[in-house]
This record gives sequence, structure tokens and C-alpha cells, in this order.
Amino acid sequence: MPETKKFLYVNRKAPYGTIYAQEALEVVLIGAAFEQDVSLAFLDDGVYQITKGQNTKEVSMKNFSLTYKALGDYDVNKIYVEQESLDARGLTLDDLLPLAWEDEDDDWAKKDSIKVVSAAEMAKIMEQSDIVFSF
Amino acid sequence: MKFSVMISEGPYTHQASDTAYHFTKAALEDGHECFRIFFYHDGVNNGTRLASPPQDDRNIVNRWSELAKEYKLDLVLCIAAAQRRGIADADEAKRNGKNADNIAPGFRISGLGQLIEAGIQSDRLVTFGD
Amino acid sequence: MSQLHTVNKSPLERNTLESAIAHAIKGNALLMIEDGVYGAMQGTHKSAIVSNAMSDISFYVMGPDLKARGIDEKRIIDGIKIVDYSDFVALVAEHDVTQSWL
Repeated sequence: MPETKKFLYVNRKAPYGTIYAQEALEVVLIGAAFEQDVSLAFLDDGVYQITKGQNTKEVSMKNFSLTYKALGDYDVNKIYVEQESLDARGLTLDDLLPLAWEDEDDDWAKKDSIKVVSAAEMAKIMEQSDIVFSF
Repeated sequence: MKFSVMISEGPYTHQASDTAYHFTKAALEDGHECFRIFFYHDGVNNGTRLASPPQDDRNIVNRWSELAKEYKLDLVLCIAAAQRRGIADADEAKRNGKNADNIAPGFRISGLGQLIEAGIQSDRLVTFGD
Repeated sequence: MSQLHTVNKSPLERNTLESAIAHAIKGNALLMIEDGVYGAMQGTHKSAIVSNAMSDISFYVMGPDLKARGIDEKRIIDGIKIVDYSDFVALVAEHDVTQSWL
């Protein structure tokens, strides 16, 4: 296996209306086993993927938003959410699922996985990636 | 240079598979290597041999099969996406209790790990989708 | 690091082109393909977002997609280079990472 690569998963689409968000998450979960340097980006309508309170019972689809909470257990803990995208949609960090991970190097302290970044910071994160997965 | 390609849309509805084909063909003709073509989401529909487009239209499925034959391409349909959408090889059909398979020549069905591996092994990954 | 962005949506229908431009760093390249080629036209309500970014980003547009849509080269914003599939491959090779703005 070659050196570790910086993988960036870019999520720009809302959930349920199309399957892209759900199948993107499936890639992230499988990819976690490959021990690469993984980051997730949520921008534009992608921020809707990780909002609280999703209830899919009446549309009989899978509520996969709960799966995002498991990402920390897979060592996927660099989750970048764009401030401008939240602002444009009248959302704040409080509207998002509390995604966290436990740091084994810090006595399993629970830490937030989500980092809210500006569009300019997001642009740098994208450019510094080795591979960008878009769905 | 070693490329891989991901295709996220089925044939005919969206131009993604056409663009991916022209891109891949150009890359191969220019002497680049193609590590893998991975079909995901509705992209798995590019791999059914039952497609019968009219004579005056391009045959997207056959085109991929022929390119795969010429350049020994690795055309991989995501297993989870294929199961959802009814694309099966003989083994998958049997495993899921179906009485027919429909995978086109040159394609194979495998897991999402194949996409991740393509990302690791290739110098570039280019995605075509909606 | 340098990045190639590809955009395949009309800017009059989706925000893809605007979002890609907003996330392109000086020196990056942006290639318009498929319905994205409408973003290369002069005189649309979205032409300015391309013209304004031209000093920082190199813009390219897929010739075969322009022809398919009957868009005359004369109607393309000055400074956007028209390319073919082989050029597309070269652009991907020249840049460290390609991001498809789907």
C-alpha cells in the first residue's frame, strides 16, 4: 500500500430527494477501513444532510442521518461545515447533529468532530486534498 | 499517468457516461493508463447487456464493453448499488434467488472498497455525474 | 498544489458554477462541460461571475459540448479557452487534484 492519501468527501446535496447523500455515506463508511487521512466537507445543500430531527417514517425511507453519529467510531472526525452555506439557509451549529469522537490519546475525551469553516478555508481544504470524491 | 474514473449516472438520461467514455478513450489514446472505471449510484445501469437502443443511437453499454476489451479495462459495478437497481452477474443472481443475470461483457460486480482502492492507487480520480 | 474544477450545470439553473468559483484559489483552472458550457456564454445574467474571476482562474470550455448545443464560438466570453477531450485529459494530468462540482 502506498503512503496515506488525503481523501476529501464533498457533500453538496440535500438528503432524500436523491440518493447521492446516502450512497456517499456508504462510501465513507467502507473507506474508513482503508486508513487514509479522511475529511468530510458539507457545503451548499449538503449541510441539510446533517441537520437534527430527521424523521423518515412517513416517506418510508431509511433515516441515515443517524449513521453520521457513528463516524467518530470509525476515526472519521474531520468534518468541515461551511459557515456561508449555513448562513444562506438560516441554520446555525445548533441545528446540526452533535457529531463527536473519543480521543484515545487524551483519555478518551469526547471531542466535537464538526468544525465550521469559511468558504475561503474550505477552498484550501479542497485544494490540499489528494483525492476528492464528489457525489 | 494512472487515472481512475467514477461514473454516477446511468446511460441515456444524463450525459455523464458519454463524457466519461470520451474522456477515458482520449486518456488511453494519449498513452495514459486507466486503473479502474467504477460505476456507482445509477451508474451501474451502464452495465446491463439487456439494453437495446435504436439503431440510429449510440450503444453506450457496448461501447464500454468494446473499450474494455481493447484496453483490458477494469469496469466495476458497485455491488450494493447494483443490487438495489437489479443489475446482477450469475453469482449475484443465484445468491439473491433471481432467475436471470444481466451483466454486460467486460463488467464485473464488486464492493465499494474497489472505489477506495482506485483512489489510493491512481494518480487522478475523475468523477462524472449529475 | 493546483486544482482543476469541472462544472456540468447551467449557471442559470443551479449555483454550481458560482460555488465552484467561490472555492477556486488563485491559479486554479475551471472546465465547463455538458450543460456547464452555458456558463461560458457572453451576455447572460451570470456572465459577470466568470468575467470577474478571470484574473485569478483559468477558464476552459468543452468544444464538443458547445457544438452539440449550437453555441457559436463567437458568443464565448473572451479569455475562455475552447478544448477537446484530449485537452481535458491533459488538464487533469497537469493539476494535482480534480474536483467535479456535481
